[in-house]
Amino acid sequence: MSLASPDTATTTTPTTTTEQHGIKAHSNGAGRVAPVQTRSARFKSTHPEDFEAVNGRELDWKHSPVAKLTAFTGGDLDGSRFPYSATESAGVSFSWIPVTDPRVGSVGIPEDRASANAWSAATEVLLVSIGAEDVSEVTITRDALGSAPRAAHIIIEAAPFSKSTVIIRNTGAAQLVENVEILAGESANLSVISVQQWNADAVHLGSHFARIGRDANLKHALVSLGGDVIRINPSAHLAEAGGSVELLGLYFADAGQHIEQQVYVFHDAPQTKSRVTYKGALQGKGARTVWIGDVLIGSKGIGTDSYEQNRNLVLSEGTRADSIPNLEIETGDIAGAGHASATGRFDDEQLFYLQARGINEEEARKLVVRGFLNEIVQQLHVPALEADIHAALDSELENVHIASLR
Amino acid sequence: MSTLKITDLHVSVETEQGTTQILRGVDLIINSGETHAIMGPNGSGKSTLAYTIAGHPKYKVESGSITLDGADVLAMTVDERARAGLFLAMQYPVEIPGVTVTNFLRTAKTAIDGEAPAIRNWIKDVRVAMESLRMDKTFAERNVNEGFSGGEKKRHEILQLELLKPRFAVLDETDSGLDVDALKIVSEGVNRAKESTGLGVLLITHYTRILRYIQPDFVHVFVNGRIAEEGGPELADRLENEGYDRFLELAV
Ligand SMILES: Nc1ncnc2c1ncn2[C@@H]1O[C@H](COP(=O)(O)OP(=O)(O)OP(=O)(O)O)[C@@H](O)[C@H]1O
Ligand SMILES: [Mg+2]
Repeated sequence: MSLASPDTATTTTPTTTTEQHGIKAHSNGAGRVAPVQTRSARFKSTHPEDFEAVNGRELDWKHSPVAKLTAFTGGDLDGSRFPYSATESAGVSFSWIPVTDPRVGSVGIPEDRASANAWSAATEVLLVSIGAEDVSEVTITRDALGSAPRAAHIIIEAAPFSKSTVIIRNTGAAQLVENVEILAGESANLSVISVQQWNADAVHLGSHFARIGRDANLKHALVSLGGDVIRINPSAHLAEAGGSVELLGLYFADAGQHIEQQVYVFHDAPQTKSRVTYKGALQGKGARTVWIGDVLIGSKGIGTDSYEQNRNLVLSEGTRADSIPNLEIETGDIAGAGHASATGRFDDEQLFYLQARGINEEEARKLVVRGFLNEIVQQLHVPALEADIHAALDSELENVHIASLR
Repeated sequence: MSTLKITDLHVSVETEQGTTQILRGVDLIINSGETHAIMGPNGSGKSTLAYTIAGHPKYKVESGSITLDGADVLAMTVDERARAGLFLAMQYPVEIPGVTVTNFLRTAKTAIDGEAPAIRNWIKDVRVAMESLRMDKTFAERNVNEGFSGGEKKRHEILQLELLKPRFAVLDETDSGLDVDALKIVSEGVNRAKESTGLGVLLITHYTRILRYIQPDFVHVFVNGRIAEEGGPELADRLENEGYDRFLELAV
């Protein structure tokens, strides 16, 4: 059985692949360019000059509009403190720490040139520190990043046994490349939700690195709606026994928009669990989404329970959704590992059913799309955010071209 | 008093093999308060008739007409037909992930009435209707038809019938897959709708057992895309005893 999934799932041929993996070692089937390589062995460096100049043929750049990204993959970046505001919550403190702080780089090291460029440009790191045994929720708002290329670095550190939700809300103009390190201490229960509702011409490149401690649980969500290019790559390192991670994603790409996420989960300790669920909708000419889901079950990942899925709903012609799951298994003793990937058109029978109950076509279409994406929204468990996301989705859906489907 | 009138209806469907003729001249008149049973062998075109009345885009009307109190139903979109008072309880109701029954019902009711229902009465109406169909209240928060058993899907169709209060309902094999209790509960729902709103019913079925609970005024035998014979309730008993052989021979 080959694991390499089709590189592309375009709108003209809706595809479904579902595989359930048994106990067998697999190789990464991601590409022709690089030799087959275990995902954890990918090159890492904090120095941009250690990476070749990006030409768009690289494994991790070949789906991205690299011509639009030269300012980030090569250029000079403003690495000074970035403006933000945050709600107050007991037990959560914010501070700027020097890049020499030992926590910086303790979770992850850049795997691509833009990430390394941001790393070396940032002069200080915003530390969001969540105290022990507090239940807290904070919202960090970034709405004034401006339109000059900028680098940012954030560390979110959740103390052992803490329970908290950190929401990052991004609006306005941005030309941003950033690194976010997330540390979930022992038995911590942490949610990190990043919401992208940037201006239509914004570019946001990001690398999120998470380390999940013993028996800790991280829920990580990317909600990407507004922006010209959004490419955020979350990785989760299940480094200690009993850790679990839920990686959620919701995206809506309309005409000309590029939304990409390269997800990576590393099961590197016994009895860890991961669930990756990304759902997206595409509408309008040139709407493009990319989802790559790499899961590596390392030799220490005994008893791993892993499942990843990506589903795309295509609402009009001229869109393209790439959906590429990759699974590598280095131990025979796992509880389960599977993946599913599907890119499908709107289901006309659903539409007929709703219309047969008097609901007009446009309203019916909204209901179905909202329903499709709702699975993710509901799992965020932040009521205020749910309402906002629904409103944002509705306004995206106002633009649905009914005729384009017929 | 309303009338749904089907005249010389010819319908085809596009298949990989080309255009297939399915309905070959159907004539039928249903008035408010009347119940017409349609019985016929598999593949004779019963569901096609039901879908064509509702306006499913797969079915192409070659000729003939459908009118509701003189208004041209065939010129209406699917949702316009529903708002005009036509309802189809489907043989295979569709699942709609992420859309709760509560949300779906409220949206449909608002669409049919042209305004949102008064919230307190509506909640009560939904609760009462669900109780009388013995639907657990947890169904309200479940996604439409998702994971419903066959019988639960059919109850959910009749729940909509009771709440949306159409003028005419086509019930496409609402009885199949129901056990005796469920059949009774669902039939009572249909009868309540008949009593309270003077609903006209086109009841498609293979079995006479539902006709013990929902009394038909007329029985039509559907064979090879048209009505081969019509009669009163006694015709149903004859069909049960004799089967369709007689009609199948006639049809050739
Ligand atoms: N969408 C379709 N595509 C192709 N063929 C179809 C389609 N719908 C119906 N048909 C064909 O038309 C004929 C009539 O089908 P229909 O579903 O109307 O029969 P029915 O009387 O409802 O049967 P049953 O008792 O099995 O429900 C059948 O031969 C069927 O295969
Ligand atoms: Mg049928």
